[in-house]
Amino acid sequence: MARYALRRLLFLVPTLVGMSILIFAMVRLLPGDVVDAMFTGDSGATASAKQAVRKALGLADPLPVQYLKFVGGVVTGSLGQSLTSGEPVATIMTRAIPITVELAVLAAVTATVVGIPLGVVSAVRPNTSLDFAARVGGLIGLSVPNFWFATLALLATSLFLHWIPPVTWIPPWQDLFGNLQQMAIPALAISVYLMATVMRMTRASMLEVLRQDYIRTARAKGAPSRSVMFRHALRNSLIPVITVIGFQVGTLIGGATIVEVIFGLPGMGYTLVQGIFSRDYTVIQFAALFLASVFVVVNLLVDLLYGVLDPRIEQA
Amino acid sequence: MSAQPTLELHVGGRLKPTLPRLWLQLSRVRRNTIGIIGVVIILATVLVALFGPLVWRTDYASQASRRLLAPTAAQPLGTDQLGRDQLSRIIHGAQVSLQVGMISVVIALVTGTIIGIAAGFYGRTVDAALMRVVDIMFAFPGIVLAIVIAGLLGPSRTNAMIAIGIVYTPAFARVVRGSTLSVLSLPYVEAARSLGIRDTRIILRHLLPNITAPLIVLTTVYLSTAILTEAALSFLGLGTQPPEPSWGSMLNASRSYMERAPWLAIAPGLAIMVVVLGFNFLGDGLRDVLDPQLRDA
Repeated sequence: MARYALRRLLFLVPTLVGMSILIFAMVRLLPGDVVDAMFTGDSGATASAKQAVRKALGLADPLPVQYLKFVGGVVTGSLGQSLTSGEPVATIMTRAIPITVELAVLAAVTATVVGIPLGVVSAVRPNTSLDFAARVGGLIGLSVPNFWFATLALLATSLFLHWIPPVTWIPPWQDLFGNLQQMAIPALAISVYLMATVMRMTRASMLEVLRQDYIRTARAKGAPSRSVMFRHALRNSLIPVITVIGFQVGTLIGGATIVEVIFGLPGMGYTLVQGIFSRDYTVIQFAALFLASVFVVVNLLVDLLYGVLDPRIEQA
Repeated sequence: MSAQPTLELHVGGRLKPTLPRLWLQLSRVRRNTIGIIGVVIILATVLVALFGPLVWRTDYASQASRRLLAPTAAQPLGTDQLGRDQLSRIIHGAQVSLQVGMISVVIALVTGTIIGIAAGFYGRTVDAALMRVVDIMFAFPGIVLAIVIAGLLGPSRTNAMIAIGIVYTPAFARVVRGSTLSVLSLPYVEAARSLGIRDTRIILRHLLPNITAPLIVLTTVYLSTAILTEAALSFLGLGTQPPEPSWGSMLNASRSYMERAPWLAIAPGLAIMVVVLGFNFLGDGLRDVLDPQLRDA
């Protein structure tokens, strides 16, 4: 197990290097750059003036040099500055990361707490109208666009509760209640899809486990139905559910990106989208690399956790 | 081999569907309520996209009406902030959604299938090189990669289609590679090879027909994802550009007039949800039919 984990960790290095190359290539090879974006509508800027700005920003260096600077920045921790605002990228990220993490954690917890019980109920009573409702409800949950859900939730709260979310982010360490109130709708909007996924996975996994011989054995020896359900069935069916929650971290990151833009929450996704609109290379590169690294690392941890939870799994 | 395509192959106890068998299985969809609802929703959407403009003749760009009118008989979905008829814009949005969904999934399907077959068929270096790139692309959350590509290419509908196509290529490549490897290990491929049949013929006659089942399920699933992604990109201003209506950008525009005209926020979102739901229903139904192991799950 330890050797397997070590090998997987080592394999992470080429993946991260590959990702950094891909991000760098996308950002640099595609048309238009930050200088063009800065001077849009300003026809007075001559080509030589633009070139001077590029030189000052380090964009005139050969691409391999720029790539090495980018990777060097990741390794040494000196991330450079935003090309548009001049603010250090490290400052931007320390401000943005907690917001995205809080959103993702709140969404994951909500999805788990609601999704698992719904899945269990649906599996225990298969082919009833309750089960059908849960299945259809699950598919609807997979189909509701999170940005629509967020829009409708905003509409409902402003119409019925006369409450409009504050425009600036309230850190939880300043005002925990205000923060949770502000984050509730965004987190719920992100969690709907995950909730449906968790519900469907719990149902499928529970049905699978309920067919196993050891469940029949437990029933045959006269174990009470409740104990069979919870001690034998549910515990075993949760293993794949946990991994699904882990693997859905991409959904959480993607959902957070969109919802942050809607609610003006200055998290990592918001930062990335703003960076793209202004072609702020340094910001795009580090934000994209950060989001992708979180995704890869969480997936790896889930993979390893799976082996710990279910020792039957062979790790070749 | 190819003279007897209906032959059922039992591999490790699982049925490998050949093409005629596939149609037999598709006929089972009829007994699958959720799948049928899906088909009905999709057909209805296609009909609306194709014939809607002929039935509802109001021009989606005309600003003839008063602004932000509530729904009435003359304008069943009201008018928007520029006095344009919302129903005609929703109808046009159906065309946009289906077009973007289909073209981007075809891009992903074709490139993914080529990459997957190349990797599975030629193995070794080709496989290693292609699959490393696929793995790395897979290591990005889909919507984030789509936002980056679409944003950097420049916001337009064509670029959104390219971005979505690129983002979902790895998923197709992986599935095709896996299916290719499992089909290549079957005796009839070995037989075909020993007869000296050319690679292209083996790929076209023996391999492709036998990997269609998983591809069909994957295509329906990704059609729904692609439509949702296009809506998200347009919502963020990275997809279809105004004045052309698309559901995502309509929804985005509605947010400024939400309290005065809530119907503007409801119709486009509902449209996205219903279409995506249709494809999800169909995908679920097809999975039940095509993958007997999961039928009760």
